[in-house]
Amino acid sequence: MTIFNSSLKEKEIYRNDFNEIFQETSALTWRLFIQLIRRPSTLFAGILQPLIWLFLFAALFSNAPVDFLPGGTSYGEFLGAGLIVFTAFSGALNAGLPVMFDREFGFLNRLLVAPLNSRSSIVISSVIYITSISLLQSFAIMATSAFLGYGWPSFLGFILIVMTLLLLVFSITALSLGLAFVLPGHIELIAIIFVANLPVLFASTALAPISFMPSWLGWIASVNPLTFAIEPIRLAYSDSFDLGTVLINAPYGDVNGYVCLAILFILAIGLFYLVVPLLNRKLA
Amino acid sequence: MLFIQLKDLFKSYGAIKALDGLNLNVPKGTLYGLLGPNGAGKSTALRIICTLLEPDTGEVKVAGRDALIYQKETRRGLGYVAQEVAIDKILTGRELLQLQADLYHLSKTYKNQRIEELIQRLEMKSWIDRRCGSFSGGMKRRLDLAAGLLHKPELLILDEPTVGLDIESRSVIWGLLKELRDEETTILLSSHYLEEVDELADEMAIIDNGKVIAEGKPDDLKRDLGGDRVTLRVREFSDEYEAESVRNILIEVPGVTNVVVNKKQGYSLNLVVRSQNVISELSHYLSKANFEVFALAHSRPSLDDVYLQATGKTLMDAELELAGTRDFKLEKKKSMR
Repeated sequence: MTIFNSSLKEKEIYRNDFNEIFQETSALTWRLFIQLIRRPSTLFAGILQPLIWLFLFAALFSNAPVDFLPGGTSYGEFLGAGLIVFTAFSGALNAGLPVMFDREFGFLNRLLVAPLNSRSSIVISSVIYITSISLLQSFAIMATSAFLGYGWPSFLGFILIVMTLLLLVFSITALSLGLAFVLPGHIELIAIIFVANLPVLFASTALAPISFMPSWLGWIASVNPLTFAIEPIRLAYSDSFDLGTVLINAPYGDVNGYVCLAILFILAIGLFYLVVPLLNRKLA
Repeated sequence: MLFIQLKDLFKSYGAIKALDGLNLNVPKGTLYGLLGPNGAGKSTALRIICTLLEPDTGEVKVAGRDALIYQKETRRGLGYVAQEVAIDKILTGRELLQLQADLYHLSKTYKNQRIEELIQRLEMKSWIDRRCGSFSGGMKRRLDLAAGLLHKPELLILDEPTVGLDIESRSVIWGLLKELRDEETTILLSSHYLEEVDELADEMAIIDNGKVIAEGKPDDLKRDLGGDRVTLRVREFSDEYEAESVRNILIEVPGVTNVVVNKKQGYSLNLVVRSQNVISELSHYLSKANFEVFALAHSRPSLDDVYLQATGKTLMDAELELAGTRDFKLEKKKSMR
């Protein structure tokens, strides 16, 4: 098979751009899923941790007064949305780890020396994988939450949840992949994940509404991307499904569901635009 | 026809010069050996040819094309077997080959046929369906070689292909490389094993401190040394002054064509002699100057002698020297994408 100096072969190859990108992306994605199937502990841990939170936190506040939360919802119902988002967020935050290990162990070089039609396949496969896993984990939390009697969204509510999670996962995955190419090693990446994970959760409306917080924390929570994902999901669980409803009484003003989704959309696009040049440079 | 042309390549990692004006010409269809100690710049040169690294300055042509511009085209035609085998230990050997085949866009039928062919050729049948994490170094290297050959590249680049391998794996790899050479695949192989380059290479270059210091056919390089090699000592550890005095005596002996003082080995003297008869004359000349032969070893010229002739030190000494001065971890980190 002669490849060098073969313009005919090249023409044939360029005609099949889509097929090649599909072949390389699906092979790289399949590799990640094989890893998951043979080493499922991270998947289970990702589901187990928020479930423990759900059991323990819901139990912690089970005897709270009925009007403890706005609208008289139980704490379990309130917490469900926060944990769904937290699960997706944690999963996406870890997206950079497999890439980082590939960098460190030299497997990335195997990919980079191959004539990939587009090196974006490496990133796209990670995004597909992490999105699937994060959604799977979030659905497991939703199912458990329903089993515990905290409700199940309507069909439209379900679509809203999927959309919201996709926007959040895309944003955080882009950020994590960017970090995986900027940081010198997995220790630094894990350190950032550890440091970011819980504070971002606490400084959002996952565990308590803004009205419970001191004003400085209220400010932080009302600009926290997690809050913009949590509140639409909370709305998806409510009986009155209207995206025009004010979801966040932020110190800077009221924010409705449309604005929350728009902010998540802008965040996803913005982070991808920020990270793509970096990835292009690293993968060039 | 030249298949690889490197011209005035410079590459630094911070203050460390990995390549210092490297020039190299590899003819098509040859097995070309790069010999040099660890840290001489071999891996950096190979990584540049594979498009994994960019030089600071210099030209790289592969198959007549500028490899720094036509990177994808260059990648399509080459197979690369890296020094550190990067294998996903969760996958089985077969799954890794399938992944590799998909990265090279092989059709399903051709992929399976080629994988079976390489499993047979590299004797991997009994373990290919096991997870890579359980493989020995030799198995990993064979698998890596198979991965590099899946798409039948016209150019195969191997970075230290048999370092640390068991005899069986080495023999399988050498066998395959000889077959590929006979099929006129261009092979560029780096090694710090003299016997590997001697056994396999049609042509070779010796790299030292980031540049080529000698090149040609191994037999020609050895022949150019002009005769047999003699290593001589007048005491177990001489000093520089004594060694130089002895050198001045020996260089006058008829039939001695070259004398090098080997500082790294206790100021021993490495001589080139035209015939064995000259050896008996050496002690005669030395005794006239009140020196005695403490030790004397005689051998046919080897590639190590070629290296010694060019650098004034043996390959092993050069490795020890470089091991002490270079931070390979830092270099690896700096070259990490």
